[in-house]
Amino acid sequence: MAEKVLMKGNEAIAEAAILAGCRHYFGYPITPQTEIAAYMAKKMPKIGGCFLQAESEVAAINMVYGVAGTGKRVMTSSSSPGISLKAEGLSYMAGSDLPCLVVNIQRGGPGLGGIQPSQADYFQATKGCGHGDYRMIVLAPSSVQEMASLTIKGFDLADKYRMTSMILADGTLGQMMEPVSLEEAVINDYDKSWAVTGTEMKRKKNLINSLSLVPEELEKLNFERYEKYKLVEENEVMYEEYMMDDAEVCVCAFGITARIAKNAIAMARAQGIKAGLIRPITLWPFPEKVLEEAADKVKGFVCVEMSMGQMIEDVKLATKCKKPVSLCNRVGGMIPSPEQVLEKIIDADKGGNE
Amino acid sequence: MSTKQILIAGFGGQGVLFAGKLIAYKGLIAEKQVSWLPSYGPEMRGGTANCSVIISDLPVGSPIISNPDVLVAMNLPSLKKYENDVVSGGIIIVDSSLIAEKVQRDDVTVYYVPATKMAKDEGFATLANMILMGKLMKACDYIGFDGVEAAVSKVVPPKKANLIDVNLKAIKAGYDFE
Repeated sequence: MAEKVLMKGNEAIAEAAILAGCRHYFGYPITPQTEIAAYMAKKMPKIGGCFLQAESEVAAINMVYGVAGTGKRVMTSSSSPGISLKAEGLSYMAGSDLPCLVVNIQRGGPGLGGIQPSQADYFQATKGCGHGDYRMIVLAPSSVQEMASLTIKGFDLADKYRMTSMILADGTLGQMMEPVSLEEAVINDYDKSWAVTGTEMKRKKNLINSLSLVPEELEKLNFERYEKYKLVEENEVMYEEYMMDDAEVCVCAFGITARIAKNAIAMARAQGIKAGLIRPITLWPFPEKVLEEAADKVKGFVCVEMSMGQMIEDVKLATKCKKPVSLCNRVGGMIPSPEQVLEKIIDADKGGNE
Repeated sequence: MSTKQILIAGFGGQGVLFAGKLIAYKGLIAEKQVSWLPSYGPEMRGGTANCSVIISDLPVGSPIISNPDVLVAMNLPSLKKYENDVVSGGIIIVDSSLIAEKVQRDDVTVYYVPATKMAKDEGFATLANMILMGKLMKACDYIGFDGVEAAVSKVVPPKKANLIDVNLKAIKAGYDFE
């Protein structure tokens, strides 16, 4: 194993991207993700890569579109308001079936909001943030180590399925340092015969485009794309189960709130309440099956989110509302405390929530 | 120890985050689980800055500290803000050259260290933070002095390696301060 070093979550993403073979980064600075761009600005020129600070987020995502079309690994990163600006480009990427990695280190919203951490872009990330029918693979790291490993995974999945992978983290994970060990990434060789690399007059030209004016053809493209999404749903779901073996209350949380939930679960267990955690690592595809199975065993669910309650809708759908699901939340840059989560666990244990 | 939470707080520019990083590396070298979380944003520039370090035998859950075991206060607003959050039986280390007031609580151990004055007198005026970290290492046996050289050489950037010795000197001065 590689030596453990202390790194900020943002830096771990940047270094992992380089390990994953990404040599093209386009971005525009915004707190709390600027360390990613700063790291890339320092490193890329030294390894023959390209760091470019674009004139705007819109420009950056379209530069990503360009490089993705050549089949090279490429990424951009931003924080919430910046991702909204990239939404158009993300829809075009989906319409053109291009792979890329996009990082969202969320901050409080809506609008310009604040600069403190948030998870309120869950809907935006998982329900398609631009127009049209499409999906992105959404990965939610919960530690600095996962900021690195899911970045590598994200590039792999993007190439495998020719679609966007998004890292959905928040200001806390971006700014905090933890020990991380960075290993050489395994870079799988996926077919990229679709890429625009110059025909050298030896093959038919490739065309990358999201315009399709014949409804029958556009419908077919959409159906085909959703066949691909079905494969992602079947094969790529990731989650962590924590103390679920005998759990009577299931906490559901992702990213930073899952860590807070673990503290609360330890406190609940000390009081004799059997609480456990299901932590979705992929937010799309959502770990529906494990949640539905849990619904047959537990008294109720507590969803911990730094939003007004977004993932809770998917938890209710996945569990088919078989058991009560309550929300424990803070918003606007505030972070729930373990004590607040504990209170909700106690309520759920009594069956006291709606 | 199982899990210890250390909060270092002061003005931006006093080296609060650097000090926290040193302690985090100290934990890492001792093969503990650690996390380091800074306050970030406009407040870093001249306003208040703080840094939460957790050292644990177990994987660190939330990196956010609500009730620190140890508070290192490098200015009065930080002492006022966090004094009452410290756990009963906890430790407060105060830079007494910058904070004239005394800690009001009697259920915590308080160390008054005139770190800013000591640093000036010793000729390393910017290293009051390291003096306070020295005191922290003495006050908390789960941090201790062992491995300090390795930790310092991890946090001092390679280009400034010439500053390793003076940092160690400052830490030692704080460690030996009675």
